[in-house]
Amino acid sequence: MLSHERYVETFVELIRRASTDLPPDVEEALRRGREGETAGGLAEKALLTVLDNVELARTSSAPICQDTGTPVVWVHHPVGASTRALERAFTEAVHRATAKQYLRPNAVDTITGKNTGHGAGRGIPYLHFEEWDRPELEVRIILKGGGSENCGAQYRLPEARLKAGRDLEGVRRVVLDAVVQAQGHGCAPGVLGVCIGGDRVSAYAESKRQLLRALPDSNPDPMLDELEQRLLREGNQLGIGPMGFGGQTTLLGVKVGVLDRLPACYFVTVSYMCWADRRSSVRIGEGGELTWLS
Amino acid sequence: MAELKLPLSEETARGLKVGDFLELTGPMITGRDAAHKWLVEAQQDEVAPFLEGTVIYHCGPVVRKNPDGSYDFVAAGPTTSSREEPYQADVIKRYKLRGAIGKGGMGPKTLQGLADSGAVYLHAIGGAAQVLARCVKRVERVFMLEEFGVPEAMWVIHVERFPVVVTMDSHGGSLHREVLQASESKLKGLIGL
Repeated sequence: MLSHERYVETFVELIRRASTDLPPDVEEALRRGREGETAGGLAEKALLTVLDNVELARTSSAPICQDTGTPVVWVHHPVGASTRALERAFTEAVHRATAKQYLRPNAVDTITGKNTGHGAGRGIPYLHFEEWDRPELEVRIILKGGGSENCGAQYRLPEARLKAGRDLEGVRRVVLDAVVQAQGHGCAPGVLGVCIGGDRVSAYAESKRQLLRALPDSNPDPMLDELEQRLLREGNQLGIGPMGFGGQTTLLGVKVGVLDRLPACYFVTVSYMCWADRRSSVRIGEGGELTWLS
Repeated sequence: MAELKLPLSEETARGLKVGDFLELTGPMITGRDAAHKWLVEAQQDEVAPFLEGTVIYHCGPVVRKNPDGSYDFVAAGPTTSSREEPYQADVIKRYKLRGAIGKGGMGPKTLQGLADSGAVYLHAIGGAAQVLARCVKRVERVFMLEEFGVPEAMWVIHVERFPVVVTMDSHGGSLHREVLQASESKLKGLIGL
């Protein structure tokens, strides 16, 4: 559909958009959060700085946050597309985006401690491929920072400490606990991607995939939709607030997905995304035409 | 908001209280995970003079190298400080730091270290990489760039009007402890524990 060079250029632009500009729904949620905080208080000041920062990043086309995170990538491709070629192109785009300072060199050899210097490394970036029936290609990314990644948690139900059994009430209990554990460490106010069920690997992947959803959307499953709204409401009653300074705005959104499970396993997996909820998407048509999606 | 010149004296540091808004002007140094481990493993004489009397900034910046060999900070917000909890009190004491800047707060060992050494924990706004990079006026020099890489190197910088709030002080005060306790108690209420 595109030449290697055009793929690389397109992916660099995809990364630039994610790193330097927030999706409008996230910015709107931050603005609403600020309106809900006490004027002149620490929480309001934090959100005002955050909003100023978003504006500065957009106008100067520079990273919103210095931790430009790990690019996590989901590719939907038509039958016959080479996933290896796409992975090569995306990896090259990470090198270039790092050289242009849209990304920080964020890949470190775990054993030697040496930074690769170009942003890519073993397992970085991470691409998920899915074939579909449509003729176009769709690439969606999130940039997930390390501070928020450290706040992720996987619970195994039943969980005695929280009196959490294998039902949605148990899910509610552990998710709220994850928010308390995170405090301000993951750059609150955050967005939660949650997966109920799955195995230890598939569950984390699904919890991250949930972060692709726009904040105001509704879960098609009415029961999960109700759970999402309740967790958002109760999460914001915990009083942790922006940066963990105390306040009304602890979460910007909660998104819940479900995978089936083994009889013996009941995992609840939470991925915590910081307020800099960076995502961007592009659709590449059969003829190579680009449609940018936020 | 009070302007505070760096370096600062022990007396000045002890005069700061949780909730104080400050704008810092002067020299400081960045240091995060690799740096803290390195600083406690041995006395690092070369870097020691750049730590004494100032604050260490938990920050892994995005940096541009200019054609003349100089550097500029492109993005420079704080990183999560809790990872330095095992080291921070010792680093402050050994290198005579007057504080640390980061985000998310730190734990009881650091809080005790602040009281013992006369230092403060200053919170910058996490993710505000553009606002804060604009306060970094010069990059003076860098230590351990080759060994640690760009995010983990120790960058000696000069800042002007760098905004922070004191969230842990030398009198045992910690906003983070207060918020943690209040939120734990709220959680217990919500889930009936």
